[in-house]
Amino acid sequence: MLEKAFVGGRKYWIWMGCLLVVMGAGFLSWLYQFSEGLGVTGMSRDISWGVYIANFTFLVGVAAAAVMVVIPYYIHHYKAFGRITILAEFLGVAAVTMCLLFIIVDLGNPFRALNVLLHPTPKSILFWDMVVLNGYLFLNIFIGWNVLMAERKGSPTPGWIKPFIYLSIPWAISIHTVTAFLYAGLPGRHFWLTAIMAARFLSSAFAAGPAMLILFCLILRKTTKFDAGNQQIRTLSGIVAYAMILNVFFFLLECFTAFYSGIPGHQHTIVYLFAGLHGHTGLVPWMWTSAFFWVVSLVLLIVPVTRRSDDVLAVACVAVFIGCYIDKGVGLVIGGFIPNPLEHITEYVATVPEILITLGVWATGFFILSALYKVALTVKEEVEAEA
Amino acid sequence: MGVNRRKFLKIAGISTLGAAAVPAADALAMNPIEWLDKQLGGFTPSEILLHMGHKPTGLKPREALTAKRWAMVVNVRQLDEEIAEACRETCHKIHNVPDIKNPKHEIKWIWAEHYEHALPGQHHEHIDDVLKEAPFLVMCNHCYDPACVRVCPTKATFKREHDGIVLMDMHRCIGCRFCMAACPFGARNFNWKDPRLFLKEEDQNPEFPTRMKGVVEKCNFCAERLAKGQIPACVEVAQELCKKKGREPALVFGDLEDPDSEVRQVLRRHHSLRRKPELGTNPNVYYIV
Ligand code: SF4
Ligand code: SF4
Repeated sequence: MLEKAFVGGRKYWIWMGCLLVVMGAGFLSWLYQFSEGLGVTGMSRDISWGVYIANFTFLVGVAAAAVMVVIPYYIHHYKAFGRITILAEFLGVAAVTMCLLFIIVDLGNPFRALNVLLHPTPKSILFWDMVVLNGYLFLNIFIGWNVLMAERKGSPTPGWIKPFIYLSIPWAISIHTVTAFLYAGLPGRHFWLTAIMAARFLSSAFAAGPAMLILFCLILRKTTKFDAGNQQIRTLSGIVAYAMILNVFFFLLECFTAFYSGIPGHQHTIVYLFAGLHGHTGLVPWMWTSAFFWVVSLVLLIVPVTRRSDDVLAVACVAVFIGCYIDKGVGLVIGGFIPNPLEHITEYVATVPEILITLGVWATGFFILSALYKVALTVKEEVEAEA
Repeated sequence: MGVNRRKFLKIAGISTLGAAAVPAADALAMNPIEWLDKQLGGFTPSEILLHMGHKPTGLKPREALTAKRWAMVVNVRQLDEEIAEACRETCHKIHNVPDIKNPKHEIKWIWAEHYEHALPGQHHEHIDDVLKEAPFLVMCNHCYDPACVRVCPTKATFKREHDGIVLMDMHRCIGCRFCMAACPFGARNFNWKDPRLFLKEEDQNPEFPTRMKGVVEKCNFCAERLAKGQIPACVEVAQELCKKKGREPALVFGDLEDPDSEVRQVLRRHHSLRRKPELGTNPNVYYIV
């Protein structure tokens, strides 16, 4: 089936070519980073994780979001989603691959990465994160591929694959929960040390992931013969709306606890993010941009007329994406390090090589996604042509 | 642990060579057990064989200083800029800590902070002026329940069970920096650049390994000195200077589980604080203010 990824029109090849160029630039930057050390990034003694881990965290959410299509289809027998489950699962594959790449480029000693397997340490959440992420990658490739094979042969989804599909549901929740635990279990980082972290992660994931899926469906409708269907897009937009409301609600809960309790440690990061602390205001414009997009997306998603128009929905989805990306990437990861444990403030700005590497990883993800979507859509077209 | 292992292998190597070279007379003059002991740097032959190429955890030459739980007391009122700086300089010199000026990439094992940064939350504006300016020496607390050890996915950072020192295996660290996010005291450093570029050849201590880029490092409570029967370098320097200045020792080091140890005596005499005790890491460094 994979050969279908190598058959495509001019546009397809131009798109893939562009991605390859970005991937190449990213790879060269990574070689530079590898030879010079992580000092070529904007990270520092105080902000020891930056854009890589931020993107990693965000993309784990995107990967987990496949479950928002799988649950209605397989558990609630919502037949309409049958058309798009494969898109969600393949999005999961691409997103997890990006996650793993972001971890690798963040390591000080990437060639020692296997030490995590050679010296398995179940007390470390990172160990479990590696287990669940790789497991999820395997599950999605395995399920997606087999379901697609069956579809191609015109036979129903084989029964033996069902247990794997059911397993993939809690597994998807687990990848984002475990990723939240990376942060929520650390003493002394007030902004992260919160029981609601996993819930916040899941809500923002279930907003941003399906929002991306809607965008892909709309793009595919314009650029290919594949139409995900109006009903499908409407249902997805409802999911995004609910998840986004929860996401904002959870954030406001954090604010209440921090400010009503009056405990300074709980407030510092939030104050730094939205107003600046001791004259340091590096992230303030970012956070207000994020807040602005949150509000815009909420309005557009809640009002039925706007949600039902494809064009406006596209805008709303872009707003969800940007709002969540900044909040979770920039705000949550970088913000958590400010102020530092000694209550000094160091700020963070990503460098050019760092950004190129980040873009390179995204391009790799899109490359994989495009190839997989190409396969899936070709199969669907062939099946429909035969019918 | 890289440090111990290297030193250990060196000792093992030298002794094999040495065994052949030592004149017979010398050997005869000594009790054979003593002679062998000397040759093997305090390790027994079976220990050497058993641990060849492995991490010699729990293995120590017999002349080493030992304890069940090492701890340090910093008596802040006895410190001054000069002593604090001498501690920092000595520690960094003997441990080949590179002198990187850029604060973003800086490596520090021990350094001075003001009260409000060393003990945030325990500071208020009406404290004694002397304390406001006093150098609070901070370093790794060698926590009894270290968060850094809990999170490390490779056991590259580990607590030595027999004496509680929290150590690093630089050969195993993958540089994920999870431990840096976990340590609530900012005690850990990452080698953002090749540290050897910031170390002058002639200033290097050949007896202590230099590090490569991409690994994490921090204070090791002078484990390599304890193994040779010496107290940590910062404590030694501080005590010398305090003696010269006619003060009580600013730094005291000893076994927390020995009721007669110097640390226990000082802790009985003075009220002391620890950094962020509410986080449950159980620091083994105490502050007397
Ligand atoms: S001070 Fe930090 S690095 Fe040292 S043992 Fe405690 S948690 Fe680990
Ligand atoms: S950076 Fe090294 S010591 Fe720290 S958690 Fe990762 S592997 Fe362990």
